[in-house]
Amino acid sequence: MQTLTNRAQPVDRRPMTFWEKMYLPAIAKGMGITFKHIFKKKATISYPEEKRPFSPVFRGLHVLNRDEEGRERCTACGLCAVACPAEAITMEAAERKTGEENLYREEKYAARYEINMLRCIFCGFCEEACPKEAIYMTETFAPSNFQRKGFIYGKDDLLIPDPKHPLTVTKKD
Amino acid sequence: MTLLTIAIDWFYVTEKILLISAVLGVSLVIAMYSTWLERKVAAWIQDRRGPNRAGPFGLLQPLADGGKLFFKEEIIPSTANKFLFILGPSMAMLTACMTSAVIPWGDVLTIAGREVSLQIADINIGVLWVIMVVGMGVYGIMIGGWASNNKFSLLAACRGASQVISYELPMGLALIALFMISGSPSLKDIVEQQRESGIWNVFLQPVGFLIFLICAFAECNRTPFDLPEAENELNGGYHLEYSSMKLGFYLFAEYINMFISSVLMATLYFGGYHFWFLDSLGLSPNMVTILGMVILFGKTIMFIFFFMWVRWTLPRFRYDQLMKLGWKILIPLALVNMIVTGGVILYRTIGF
Repeated sequence: MQTLTNRAQPVDRRPMTFWEKMYLPAIAKGMGITFKHIFKKKATISYPEEKRPFSPVFRGLHVLNRDEEGRERCTACGLCAVACPAEAITMEAAERKTGEENLYREEKYAARYEINMLRCIFCGFCEEACPKEAIYMTETFAPSNFQRKGFIYGKDDLLIPDPKHPLTVTKKD
Repeated sequence: MTLLTIAIDWFYVTEKILLISAVLGVSLVIAMYSTWLERKVAAWIQDRRGPNRAGPFGLLQPLADGGKLFFKEEIIPSTANKFLFILGPSMAMLTACMTSAVIPWGDVLTIAGREVSLQIADINIGVLWVIMVVGMGVYGIMIGGWASNNKFSLLAACRGASQVISYELPMGLALIALFMISGSPSLKDIVEQQRESGIWNVFLQPVGFLIFLICAFAECNRTPFDLPEAENELNGGYHLEYSSMKLGFYLFAEYINMFISSVLMATLYFGGYHFWFLDSLGLSPNMVTILGMVILFGKTIMFIFFFMWVRWTLPRFRYDQLMKLGWKILIPLALVNMIVTGGVILYRTIGF
């Protein structure tokens, strides 16, 4: 019969010899194999102490970026929300008042900016869509939570710390 | 009228009580840490790490497991026979602990001019006692399985009972060949005889040892013979309806049985507390006794490791294969072994 690949092996259907029927040599061989495994490198890592590195293209939790003067880059244009296939991003825009120039880079800013991490599929389209380089994805992932509302990340959670005033970000529970 | 006095040697009584407590304590602790070792060995063989969170190297894991079992809800099925349901695990535990009474844990210690034998009871039918108690161990399985009033438990219990009974026969036959060599079923005599000749029985009785080893696996319900509790075939086995510490007792009894079988194999075939050159080192007799005890425990732990190593290497037997191995292979082999041993002994004594 023509074989599909050159890797096909015919099944050995010869009756077992007396030596094979004793099984003990085969058992000894198997035990040798398992004994060797005792000294092999363990496949498991001790997780919380040791972590495996992420790949360079890993897409984790989002951050909202600031510019070099510590002003929010986001102008609430809504392109990220439009690009989002999971419809995880909601925002409300507001107009910058005089005296707020040190807080927001342009005349319009996001008064409310929320990402529902339960809906988010971490595709990275928001990052690609953003014209102001305001949203980026990091190498961390969403920690577990007891309630659904804990997964709705607001501006408090997303904004990176102000480089001039490092303690402006407060983390909610 | 003479006053009838019964002389009670209080020293003797205290000595025995201390010895019993020590042996019981040690076998429980070893059984406890066997569960830990089992999980560790399983992990190592499967390239994992095993329990390492509770205490250093996970050494508190057995305590955590025990605590967990104690705090579980104790369920007695409404249709179960309550008395027998409780008797089952008690019986399993009792028989598991009783075997250790006849095992010589060491030679004689001399404390304050008194000779203290490190054996609870040197009865002249030692090995027969072990076989009897192991035979009674079936009741633990059978009663537990039957009293649960569950057909799966009962099936598993039947499998267990028939397996243990089938494997007791070749075990006994293998031991008869051993008795022919040692000339006594007392465990102390068997060890002393190996000590005097310096030749362990495993070299005189390799086939007998192999049969005994296989039967010990079957008696302890260990893989490859763990059909009574084949967890992925019978959804539980004879302890299917058990919960909390009653289940714990069944599992624990298995580990004690494993420990006792290991001690027994070390004693019967591997010279017990004897090790070559130990007597000729010129140490004090007490030191030799203590070292001998350490050696016995070393041998035992090797056997326990062997039990686990086999468990994580071999797959389970099918039931008909199990019965075939027991009745059609091991019993004839043990008989042949017995006849050959008898012939050799006859030839050496009479010389034809």
